[in-house]
Amino acid sequence: MTLWLMAGLLFTPLAWAVLTLLTDFAWGRVVTWGGIVVQVLVSLGLWLAVSRDGGFYYGLGGWEAPLGIELRVDGLAVTFVLLTAVVASACGFHAGVYIDPDKPWHRYFWPLFWFLWSGLNAVWLGGDLFNLYVGLELISLSAVGLVALGGKAAALRASLRYLLAALLGSLAYLLGVALIYGQFGTLSIAGVVFWLEDHPVPAGSGLALALMVTGLALKTALFPLHRWLPPAHGIAQSPVSALLSALVVKASFYIAARLWLELGEPLGNLAAAQLVGLLGSAAVVWGSWLALRQSALKQVVAYSSVAQIGYLFLLFPLTYSVSESVSQQAQQGITLQVISHALAKAAMFLAAGNLILSTGSNRVDALTGVSRFLPFSLFSFGLAGVSLMSLPPSGGFAAKWLLLQASLGSGQWWWVLVLLTGGLLSAAYVFRIYRASFLENSETDEFYHPSRSLEVIPMVLALMAIGLGMVSEEVLSVMALPFEEEGSP
Amino acid sequence: MTLNAWIPVFALMTSLVAALVIFLLPEKGYRLRTTVNLGAALVKLGLVVVMVWGVFRGVDYGLSFTMVPGVTFVLKADALSMMFAGLSAVLWLLTTIYAVGYLEDSPNRSRFFGFFSLCVASTMGIALAGNLFTFFLFYEMLTLSTYPLVVHRGTEKALRAGRTYLIYTLSGGAVLLLAIAWLHGVAGDLPFREGGHFIDADPEIHRSLILIFILLVAGLGVKAALFPLHGWLPQAMVAPAPVSALLHAVAVVKAGAFGIVRVVYDIYGVEASSALGVLEPLAWLAAFTILYASVRALSQVDLKRRLAFSTISQVSYIILGVSLFGPVAAAGGLVHLLHQGLMKITLFFCAGNYAETLGIHRIDEMDGVGRRMPGTSLAFTIGAFGMIGAPPLAGFITKWVLGSGALAAGMDWVIAVLVLSSLLNAAYFLPILHRLWFREPQASWPEERFWGRLETSAWLFWPPLLTAVMTVMVGVLASLPFSPLSWAELIVLREYSP
Repeated sequence: MTLWLMAGLLFTPLAWAVLTLLTDFAWGRVVTWGGIVVQVLVSLGLWLAVSRDGGFYYGLGGWEAPLGIELRVDGLAVTFVLLTAVVASACGFHAGVYIDPDKPWHRYFWPLFWFLWSGLNAVWLGGDLFNLYVGLELISLSAVGLVALGGKAAALRASLRYLLAALLGSLAYLLGVALIYGQFGTLSIAGVVFWLEDHPVPAGSGLALALMVTGLALKTALFPLHRWLPPAHGIAQSPVSALLSALVVKASFYIAARLWLELGEPLGNLAAAQLVGLLGSAAVVWGSWLALRQSALKQVVAYSSVAQIGYLFLLFPLTYSVSESVSQQAQQGITLQVISHALAKAAMFLAAGNLILSTGSNRVDALTGVSRFLPFSLFSFGLAGVSLMSLPPSGGFAAKWLLLQASLGSGQWWWVLVLLTGGLLSAAYVFRIYRASFLENSETDEFYHPSRSLEVIPMVLALMAIGLGMVSEEVLSVMALPFEEEGSP
Repeated sequence: MTLNAWIPVFALMTSLVAALVIFLLPEKGYRLRTTVNLGAALVKLGLVVVMVWGVFRGVDYGLSFTMVPGVTFVLKADALSMMFAGLSAVLWLLTTIYAVGYLEDSPNRSRFFGFFSLCVASTMGIALAGNLFTFFLFYEMLTLSTYPLVVHRGTEKALRAGRTYLIYTLSGGAVLLLAIAWLHGVAGDLPFREGGHFIDADPEIHRSLILIFILLVAGLGVKAALFPLHGWLPQAMVAPAPVSALLHAVAVVKAGAFGIVRVVYDIYGVEASSALGVLEPLAWLAAFTILYASVRALSQVDLKRRLAFSTISQVSYIILGVSLFGPVAAAGGLVHLLHQGLMKITLFFCAGNYAETLGIHRIDEMDGVGRRMPGTSLAFTIGAFGMIGAPPLAGFITKWVLGSGALAAGMDWVIAVLVLSSLLNAAYFLPILHRLWFREPQASWPEERFWGRLETSAWLFWPPLLTAVMTVMVGVLASLPFSPLSWAELIVLREYSP
């Protein structure tokens, strides 16, 4: 049963992609909305199945046939499948109204959207390094395509730059994969762990891990490899930006995190873990600082992603040679950070899109007086901001609390400073937007009012980001679903 | 769960729901908005009255659930929380009435009243929080919901003040979060409990406890406007009068002071704090703030700024009372939580009336206003005399109890501080009163408006008179049961003999 649901999550999006390839934008929208309902139901089904039967491992060909397909589902994977279902459907509904159906090239939006979804599910559910790579490439290529849909020359430039970064990242990752295969004779993560149980660590395998993590860090836009992200996320259409910031960068991080949690102890070392944490901290400070200095609204939000991604990499130092309970706190904190950032950032980009539609300009100054005309979208933006500032009761706050506890518990107090300054810096750039919108200026009072449905979607996402803190215990219990070692190698 | 578990939640929800409804109401829905506002305020007052009666008889109100792994969200009503909740429920009702009149015909009223209700919901949450984590949650929510009120006018000056406000309060919040997280790491999830948790603390953690205490006070001291963290308060004066009234009398500064009370009494415990040696420096800091702010108030020419410095000074009475080790002084400090609220809100209402009716903002424009606006000026006079500490008004009770407490605790220097501070209060309030009643009015007021029979709009006229009457009543009837003083003594009794 679980296997069928997993297959459904991987292949039905491909089917919708092909279907929407055959239609124009308006029909594609109808097809997609149907597809979203199916995807959400299957995702929920997988959750039910896993919470009833526990996690599930499926190896087609096992670890002897290295290129065989391995699928793996556990609580964490289910959490991300559900998150994808929520955010992608919100963006899908929003895009259906937001994107101009008259531009001929926009009909490719839907196929790309579905390829992206399929790639995401492949990453969440993949069990071996090669299939994870396939999923990643599917994601990267469709994401690049989606950015290029912006149409203007700047969008093409940004997407080419994105493509280059993504390919370089893949290259580094593949190199690492090749080394792993050479040393361990398998591409399955579980297989490598299994092999290490009764063999010594081969020399040079640390390099393999480093290469893979570096490639993935480039794809996740970790400082100082972040330069490609702001132009791409800033220039794309708002629903696309939302998808990219909320989900796409999380996919490569997810693989890096899985690799680290499984292979970090044997193959990594303390210096590397601290270095990654340091880069993450630099991303928090530098990204926030640049966000504060942008004059374009969506660039502010894009740089904020660079900063928020930085927090994720604190996972590395906070899980390396620490006690079991600290490691668990760190993992829970990072998971909550991924979820709350996904919800809040999607809400923020969608709300920013509405504000841009309304004022007709992407500049922050153009927001003057908009609080009187578009309070609803502004409020969604602000609520999402509360989660990014990690103020209570948002999910961002719950994440920060757990990370604080993990840092203090493991004696790595320097991350505490990063967490606290990061919160203040994000408050600075969020309130800069608010400040602009509160300014009373009677000169501009021509505002276009976008349709209600465009305004409701970001609000729902923002409320979920805020409410996440109150129910984080329940959300984390999905992640902690037991894993049945059925059919494992 | 029983009904009793839900009553604190209902008290919280009344203003949350009111906020949501108000946000969704159209700007023009004046009547409906006012009804929702006043209705919610009345319901909340009723719920608080029920809880006060229940807490007096020893009923347990509260609920808790795990929010983040390792920490619980706790709502609980005890004697101390009822003091703060009662204050905010009573004054919210009056301020709402006042604000309806004050903001007549001005733009963005939906936004204003929405955030206004959110602000009161946060105050209620702060009052009912059952542990530091829950307290922090509402404490930060208060920061966020007051920001739009401070910048409500949307002028450059207001936005600048808003920025200062945020820099101070958010940094304070970050320090507070650090302290709470650290304390959680050291001692686990601590519910507020009379007598505290650290009487028999392991000597090994004493140093951490002292450091954490300093961080906690620094974080909370920003909102309580303790010297040198008070800089935001005088700037925040650009906000509309009802907001200033609320910020000064109920919500923000009191949240900080209340937090310090919670930390000293219900986390550390007054005996343990005293044993750790952290109370006496706190008392000195509070005493210094009292005198420093009073001196600064002398030189202010803007009425609201003078009142702001007066607030900084008066709030520290609460902290002083708490940090003197002894039950009598403690009662004096706690009762000031309510007394200062009543007196200060009266003064701010009056300042708002002068500004709205006659366009008066500066003290040198106030000559002879007593003849044009006798009702408002009477209320102002009562408030000012209360602040100075003239018997039998509220402020006198505070100073009397605080002084005898200091003597009982063997800290005689506090008497000198009290006397000096009263003299300074007189020095900055009496000249205003002299201008009000004994100077000849100027030929014309800066910007006069007329409202028929009364000296100003009825919405603006009655609230300050009512709070002035209360200022007299809590002083005269201080020894009756359920007076603020008796309630403060009840809290102290439970703290000192847990």
